[in-house]
Amino acid sequence: MIVPLEHILLLAFILFLMGAVCALARRNLVMILLGLEVMLNAAGIAFVGASLRWMEMDGQAFVLFIMGVAAAEIAVGLALLVYCWRRSGSLDVNVFSRLKG
Amino acid sequence: MTLYGAIFYLLAAIILAATALALTRRALMHAVVYLVNAFFATAMLFYLLGAPLPAAFEVIIYAGAIMVLFLFIIMLMGVKDGRDMDAKKALAVWLPPVFLGAATLAAGWVLITAPAGAKEALPMARATPAELGRFVFDRYWLGVEAVSFLLFAGLAGALFLGKSGDEAGKTAKDGQGGAA
Repeated sequence: MIVPLEHILLLAFILFLMGAVCALARRNLVMILLGLEVMLNAAGIAFVGASLRWMEMDGQAFVLFIMGVAAAEIAVGLALLVYCWRRSGSLDVNVFSRLKG
Repeated sequence: MTLYGAIFYLLAAIILAATALALTRRALMHAVVYLVNAFFATAMLFYLLGAPLPAAFEVIIYAGAIMVLFLFIIMLMGVKDGRDMDAKKALAVWLPPVFLGAATLAAGWVLITAPAGAKEALPMARATPAELGRFVFDRYWLGVEAVSFLLFAGLAGALFLGKSGDEAGKTAKDGQGGAA
């Protein structure tokens, strides 16, 4: 163990917090998706750190699954984004406040 | 503090700085490129923590596929940033990415060419890609199948949304002059 697990978890926590704040506070759809990516990445760092701490490979396996989920999520997310852009010509989430427009 | 400890804190600082800069940019393009830098640093962090296969996938999937998809979408939509770079601002725009990129490269260089004595700690903890691949397909084969189904569903959903977006765009333009 080259650094204590707490430091790795602290890094992951701060990253996750930044991603969450970005996803919640920014109004641009692209920035919201980027915030989601940062949150998934932070979870991956925590998994790899834990994998090193307990010398088990399960954590690294879960990082691979996180990457698969992130790829699928971003494909649908960006398709939705393009759909919204075509419909309204805007990326501001406030434009999409009605369910049926 | 050992050499690897120092590299860890350097990489952590790079990741935090690049992510913070990315998430506060107004220009979408700058945000995506900062985030690519953060993902490269994360890949080195994974390598440092004894996970070479996730490190490679971090570069291939996150920095290579997902961020490039973002770049494609931003360029495809032609979002206007409305900012011209003048000579005074140019340095302030260039300096942070140059510094972060150089720091990432330096950390990677030290990681690859570390002196032989310092490498003792790492091989113990490292799961080789072959080991990890066999482990995943051995114990988590159901999860692998589930992810492949999920990717297929994502593909189908993206295709469907792209297609129906065409029709919706047409009707919106016919109905209300294309503006909303």
